Amino acid sequence: MELVASLGIGVLAGSGVWLLLRPRTFQVIIGLSLLSYAVNLFIFSTGGLRSGAAAILEPGEAGSIAQYTDPLPQALVLTAIVISFATTALLLVVLLAARGLTGTDHVDGRERDR
Amino acid sequence: MDHLVIAPVLVPMLAGIVMILAGDRWRGATVSLGLGSTLALAVLSALLLVLADGPVVRIYRLGDWPSLFGIVLVLDRLSALMLVLTAALGLAVFVFSLSRWHRAGAYFHPLLQFQLMGLNGAFLTGDLFNLFVFFEVMLAASYGMALHGSGTARVRAGLHYITINLLASLLFLIGVSVVYGIGGTLNMADLAARMRDVAAEDRALLETGLAVLGIAFLVKAAMWPLGFWLPGTYAAACAPAAAILSILSKVGVYAVLRLWLLLFGAAAGESAGFGGPWLVAGGVLTIAFGSIAVLATQNLSRLAGASVLVSSGTLLAAIGAGQVAVTGGALFYLASSVLAIGAFFLLIELVERGREVGADVLAVTREAFGTGEEEEETQEQEAVGVAIPGTVAILGMSFMACALLLAGLPPLSGFLAKFAILAPLLGTGEAGLPVTTWVLLAALILSGLATVIAMLRAGIDAFWASPAGSVPRVGVIEIAPVALLLALCGALTIGAGPAMDYMQAAAQALHAPQDYLRGVLAATAARPGGGG
Repeated sequence: MELVASLGIGVLAGSGVWLLLRPRTFQVIIGLSLLSYAVNLFIFSTGGLRSGAAAILEPGEAGSIAQYTDPLPQALVLTAIVISFATTALLLVVLLAARGLTGTDHVDGRERDR
Repeated sequence: MDHLVIAPVLVPMLAGIVMILAGDRWRGATVSLGLGSTLALAVLSALLLVLADGPVVRIYRLGDWPSLFGIVLVLDRLSALMLVLTAALGLAVFVFSLSRWHRAGAYFHPLLQFQLMGLNGAFLTGDLFNLFVFFEVMLAASYGMALHGSGTARVRAGLHYITINLLASLLFLIGVSVVYGIGGTLNMADLAARMRDVAAEDRALLETGLAVLGIAFLVKAAMWPLGFWLPGTYAAACAPAAAILSILSKVGVYAVLRLWLLLFGAAAGESAGFGGPWLVAGGVLTIAFGSIAVLATQNLSRLAGASVLVSSGTLLAAIGAGQVAVTGGALFYLASSVLAIGAFFLLIELVERGREVGADVLAVTREAFGTGEEEEETQEQEAVGVAIPGTVAILGMSFMACALLLAGLPPLSGFLAKFAILAPLLGTGEAGLPVTTWVLLAALILSGLATVIAMLRAGIDAFWASPAGSVPRVGVIEIAPVALLLALCGALTIGAGPAMDYMQAAAQALHAPQDYLRGVLAATAARPGGGG
């Protein structure tokens, strides 16, 4: 479980960083999205990973604190998802504006001299 | 009375919401609401400054939850100081924008209000995750501000600015979740109390998490090599936006100041002083980079951006020195430089108004290549005996005041601030000073020299060498905010005694945060298990 989760986070983060370093704005925005997925999964996993656990209560048992997953990382990840979604949407608008104003999708607003 | 603590967040938030609902139809109402809100913030923050200047740290528990379950706002001397600086800058920017900039695009006023809300919240919060949320509020508004007025240059710079800040926010989240995973809390005071008891095998991981968090702050504070985005963005932004953005870089410095001294103070056990040498080295390198940028630039806005770098570097290096008296001096420097750089950004727009496009770029190049000589000769004949117009005189005096403040020359507060940083640094070592102190000393003094040279060159070019007859048209409403900010610097100079006492008390509270810890953690103990 830990291995799968950490591999997933690592692959997402690695692809995100690679795309972020690319010269096209669309690649950058996809890179940022992948990175934010990786970060969201990472926050989520700090609450501890368990497989096969009940959502809230085991059937037929009285609930105890020990069965609960830490709810705070889940609250954090929700906030983080909302915020990164909104700012990525804003970046998308700026990206389109930049494409329209400069006529190129290079991140510097002009093609590199060849 | 304690409810006052949350007012600096609520007032601009409500004003901003109403402004958005009102839309563009009731411009007059929007403007008067903005004026009311910024004036109220100025009064409120002055009141909170007076309240904070005592031994009691004021805690505001949202929803009256005990502080480890709920969220707390904490008002101490440092946050009150930052609130006052934000309010002063907010008022100046608001008044300045009324002359023309608020009509350059939609929603200037709501954006300014949300910007102020984010800033105030970031300065008040006592909780890491709320710091993140307020950072995002502040940044989201700043994206709008940086793009205000549109145009290719702004969009291009804005694209870089947003991308860098999104990346920094992701680093912030990684840092926060590692800290939560190891420390088990996001409350800054609680985390500080737990620092000593962290298990030995977890300590490295916790320090890594805090270092990642620190990188996110240092991107904001534009420490070299994380600050290449800053001069371009600030130069492209319109004048009022650039002025308010200049305090954003100080938010990064504030977060470092708050968290580093709280978490890695003497009480942190093995982690005490973690990262201090990095702060000093990074600060000195930032000063060096900023000084070179100051000298290299031929454009006034970029000059201002580069002086933001110098001021960030000075603050980081002074904080990293880790001495109470030096931190006190750094706080004085913070106040002085925020006001001076804000005034400078506003002033630049007024000065550049009277000049033809590209004049500043050519100024130095012209000397180097010897072109345009005949043009200068004809100008000389015309310019003989022409009196300096009143507007130019006022602008020139303000420019000179900014130059003195930024370079740290007497008699204004910039000099006092640098002196307050340097004097304790020199006074400590009985048996010779360590090398880092000498390096810091040299960096501070040389950066002052670089600023003087650059400002002199720019000033001569703008006021003495400009062709006659191009007097900029400047309204009272535009020069008044600049005068207000400079007058505050003047007040800081005249009232340097009490101001310095306040800064030293703030620095002492930061270095020995017992009052802060007791305040926040006592708010927990007062009602154990309550608040449901």
